[in-house]
Amino acid sequence: MKFTLKAMLLLGTIALTSTAALADCGIASGSVRILSNDFEALKIVAAAAEECASATVKFSKNQTSEHKNLQVPALTSNPAEYTIAMVANNSVVPLLSGGLIRPLDDLVAKYGKDLEPNQLIKIDGKTMAIAFMANSQHLFYRKDLLDKAGIAPPKSYEDVLAAAKTLQEKGVIKYPLGAADKAGWDLAAEFVNMYLGYGGEFFEPGSAKLAINNEKGKATLATMLALTKFMSPDYLTYGADELNKDFQGGKIAISNNWGSLAGAAVDAKVATADVVANTMFAGAPTVGGGTTPAAALWWDGFSIAKNISDEDAAASFQAMMHGIAPDVAAKNPSAATWLIKGYKPGPTAVGVIQTAAGGAKPYPMVPYMGLLHTALSTGLADYIKGSQDADKAMAGVEAAYNAAAKEGGFLK
Amino acid sequence: MPHRTFLAFILPSIVAMLLFIATPIMSIAVQSLYIEHDKILVMSETCQPLGGCVKETRVDAEATAKIRHDHPLGKFNGFGIYTDHNHLAFADIGKIVTSNLGFNETAARIYDLPFYRALVFTLTYALTVTPLAMCLGFVIALAVNAVPKLLKGPVIFFSLLPMVVTPLIGSLVVYWMINADGILGAAIQLITHNPDLSLKASPTMTWVTLICYGIWTNAPFSFVVFYSGLQTVPSDTLESAMIDGASRLQRVRFVVIPTLLPLAVFVTLVQLMDNFRVLEPIIGFNAAANATSLSYSIFIALNNQSAQLFSSAAATSVLTIAGVLILMTPVLMKTAREFGFRT
Repeated sequence: MKFTLKAMLLLGTIALTSTAALADCGIASGSVRILSNDFEALKIVAAAAEECASATVKFSKNQTSEHKNLQVPALTSNPAEYTIAMVANNSVVPLLSGGLIRPLDDLVAKYGKDLEPNQLIKIDGKTMAIAFMANSQHLFYRKDLLDKAGIAPPKSYEDVLAAAKTLQEKGVIKYPLGAADKAGWDLAAEFVNMYLGYGGEFFEPGSAKLAINNEKGKATLATMLALTKFMSPDYLTYGADELNKDFQGGKIAISNNWGSLAGAAVDAKVATADVVANTMFAGAPTVGGGTTPAAALWWDGFSIAKNISDEDAAASFQAMMHGIAPDVAAKNPSAATWLIKGYKPGPTAVGVIQTAAGGAKPYPMVPYMGLLHTALSTGLADYIKGSQDADKAMAGVEAAYNAAAKEGGFLK
Repeated sequence: MPHRTFLAFILPSIVAMLLFIATPIMSIAVQSLYIEHDKILVMSETCQPLGGCVKETRVDAEATAKIRHDHPLGKFNGFGIYTDHNHLAFADIGKIVTSNLGFNETAARIYDLPFYRALVFTLTYALTVTPLAMCLGFVIALAVNAVPKLLKGPVIFFSLLPMVVTPLIGSLVVYWMINADGILGAAIQLITHNPDLSLKASPTMTWVTLICYGIWTNAPFSFVVFYSGLQTVPSDTLESAMIDGASRLQRVRFVVIPTLLPLAVFVTLVQLMDNFRVLEPIIGFNAAANATSLSYSIFIALNNQSAQLFSSAAATSVLTIAGVLILMTPVLMKTAREFGFRT
């Protein structure tokens, strides 16, 4: 979900090199039209799929961060504007709710010989999407700075807070911590991560009724606020990309950022030499004595539109199989934490893998999660800047969510 | 002009206005009265990579599609959206007002409601930026008018730059400049001898920053209009004022300003409308934590991560239009008095 300038440059080189090598994907004919988000790994996959273009196979792609707003109307039309929608935990939900994507089991049986069982996203036993990479927020930390203060790498948020205090007291770094606390999507994602770490449930089982206004929710808020005391006073304006820039500049000792940005964080072209040499990645910390890493697990994958011909669906599926073939992951080990067969994780993939191995929970796929995310994104800003108490913040989020859920037809 | 000719003359404009202005507004107004159908939820098993399988609720796509097909507009909800927590919040206001909390606490609680918070900033922004940007524009126009002919071209070009830059890009550029490491941010820290001073951290400073940015970006419009207006100020009146011994300030006060007043009314109208729908600076400055506007509420409703809240966006749009009308009423009434009944 994040992209960098570097990703764009990289795309340029890939596009140049890949057009030269036309691959035989075994597609007789058909049309392949991709709609996807706009970040490095997805560009690599789309560029690899594009190698299948030929005189009989038409190929087009639209890679934009606005994909979430385009996908539902584009796939509702018949025939659908795109044959392939690249999706993640959150963006596949509206497609499922609208019945806009087709089951892929027969295509998997026919063409999916390279797929691993854990790449298949199954709803009621039917494969509705194929995942090819995992993502999550996890620890980025500077080993040199921690060593200087004599601190062991943190395992929990309590460790992180203690480490931050020591780093500040010993004068190693002025603002030791950083988080993507920008009011909006990022801030809500931070809440989701931490709340999952406390083992919280977002909704009452089987209903859209909100269940975050409890002790776990308040503990989540308290920890988030405690962390901000060790951040630059501008923390409310830092999204994941801004945060990564500060990390690259060596201004932060410990941050919890996206796995998909780990490669960029230690890119020698943009990061300072100290950062490149001394940055370590690890799984997301636990919190409050729990054992689950406090981070939501994400996957990125693709679905095939329902409103297209079977021929186009088969062509699209085959092109994507070429796009996520084992050699694509092997050639770009640091672009993402691939779920593709035979992938050997590089040093920048450690964080996501440890987070997953620690048993982190996936970002919820329930249809009203998006409404809660929005309510959190605007409702927590006052609390996190310290001008509102937790009870009021929770009540505000709950009221905003209830109104939105009623409008969306989820609550009466 | 005979009525027929006049009608034929303005008919295309009227048709275009009906088609491109009135119809969309009507459609928004209708949309705001409907909400989505009750979703039919079913339990299903979801298996995800690394996360294992869980039982989760899911929307029954077929059943929901059928209801939507039968009633495409949605479920009629009357003014329910307008009065809910995310908009006018009548129930919340009622509760706050009846619990007798004293003025400050009542105001603070109302300000906590998302719509009123957005409204307060929107009004503050529109009502400060408009006059200040107009004053600045007027001063620039006077200054440029006094510049020697040779320099006029380049000076005008540079004065127009803030308007040429797209607001979103302009605000992003300034955002990075006022960053603690940016040239402006670092300079301010140096001048105030306060290494922790941040323009982005405190609500007040954020508002000041946004308003200053608004003045900077809006001044050129007033400047252009006033500058062209200055060319029409009768030179004989100016000269006779000079003969009567009027100073430069007095000439501006008693000759230039009265001549430009009708223009000022026009600029006020346009600028008020413009500033009332402030959005880009809030995005560019990442300022949503400290300042939201009505347009920002619409943006959020439509730029949700999965489900767009069309009815919410429609209701906020209608409320925005109402707000613009209320704001413009005094100016429009004044114009009607001055020009409407003369002919």
